[in-house]
Amino acid sequence: MLDKIGIAKRIAQEIKDGTYVNLGIGIPTLVANYIPAGFNVVLQSENGLLGMGPFPFEGEEDPDLINAGKQTITTLPGSVVFDSAMSFGMIRAQKVDLTILGAMEVSENGDIANWKIPGKMVKGMGGAMDLVASAQHIIVAMQHVNKAGESKLLPACTLPLTGVNCVKKIVTELAVLSILPNGGFKLEERAPGVSVEEIKAATSGKLIIEGEIPEMNI
Amino acid sequence: MINKTVSSAEVAIADIKDGMTVLFGGFGLCGIPENCIAALVKQGTKNLTCISNNAGVDDFGIGLMLHQKQVKKMISSYVGENAIFEQQLLSGELEVELIPQGTLATRCLAAGYGMPAIFTPAGVGTEVAEGKETRVFKGKEYLLEMAFEADFALVKAWKGDTAGNLIFRSTSRNFNPIMAMAGKITIAEVEELVEPGVLDPDQIHTPGIYVHRIFQGKNYEKRIENRTTRSK
Repeated sequence: MLDKIGIAKRIAQEIKDGTYVNLGIGIPTLVANYIPAGFNVVLQSENGLLGMGPFPFEGEEDPDLINAGKQTITTLPGSVVFDSAMSFGMIRAQKVDLTILGAMEVSENGDIANWKIPGKMVKGMGGAMDLVASAQHIIVAMQHVNKAGESKLLPACTLPLTGVNCVKKIVTELAVLSILPNGGFKLEERAPGVSVEEIKAATSGKLIIEGEIPEMNI
Repeated sequence: MINKTVSSAEVAIADIKDGMTVLFGGFGLCGIPENCIAALVKQGTKNLTCISNNAGVDDFGIGLMLHQKQVKKMISSYVGENAIFEQQLLSGELEVELIPQGTLATRCLAAGYGMPAIFTPAGVGTEVAEGKETRVFKGKEYLLEMAFEADFALVKAWKGDTAGNLIFRSTSRNFNPIMAMAGKITIAEVEELVEPGVLDPDQIHTPGIYVHRIFQGKNYEKRIENRTTRSK
């Protein structure tokens, strides 16, 4: 079974050299730490920055320079800032190659819910609806089951949707799964030490298992 | 050049009246019009509809106005950091309309570009789409979203000149330039107010034609919401 860092490391393997990537809050943010050395990957922060650098050294924080999670960050040589309309313009126009975000639920046809729990949590969707509606490649980083032990990979989402038919791949502490064009979670890889049976038990949506399922190489 | 200078935040916002709709620049607490918010709190204007990406925190930004119960309705994309907000929402004192961040930005842009509406795929198939006109282009569905109509826009810039031309700094730019374009009356507060000719015309982000009043801001706190650092 993977911890959060393990999930981030596995997702980092999906990132290609020479691409623009938007990382959501939580586990996706950790992915930045595991992008292979020598790769030229430009991180987009939807509050208006391309070329997000690491956190500043203590004492060097700039209140005017934050990421979409409102964290203090730095720029890199070649970074550029722009306004929020241009930021979502480049997202909508599919200039950003890959979006990695968290989710509360994903359905077997690629629907995602991650912004609202009716009567309980009202935080808002931020930029997530724009990102999932336009991104060509969306990877979800999440736990396979919720705190109550219920599967988050469902036949249909029960929470208000963020987007429909959009998720292509999911990485959890148990597995890597892709979502097939006609629906269904196709099991691609198992986390180290996790059996196919355990993944089956934790997946409530349609799980497709073909042949031997390899263990992740992290 | 037309001189847009006013003497203070209090003078600039004096004609913002109860029940008006106001755009607020900023992302989180980054680049918010601190002086204008403080003046609105002092003036006590009520029943405002506030369009702002976020709702501040409990004791800063728009949170200060929520505390005084000055806000009737918030139109935002993310309001997660504010306990007063959640409390007023659940008690029914406050109305909220949550909209996708890109939709929020582009509705500002449409207003500033003189376009009545835009089409966006954000929110298709979700509750955001309820009651909205849709249209299919090249096999993909889009929502019709209207340009904002706001009485005032309050923005914060790094530098500005008395003609209203503005330059923003780093990611405090965010919603500020597009909201500046979207207000019927736009008020800009700046860290440094200069005479016309000082700013390089090639470097100006917001042309002064969009700005009706400008003033030299003071006592900027620039609070950091989420201070993250690494060790040397």
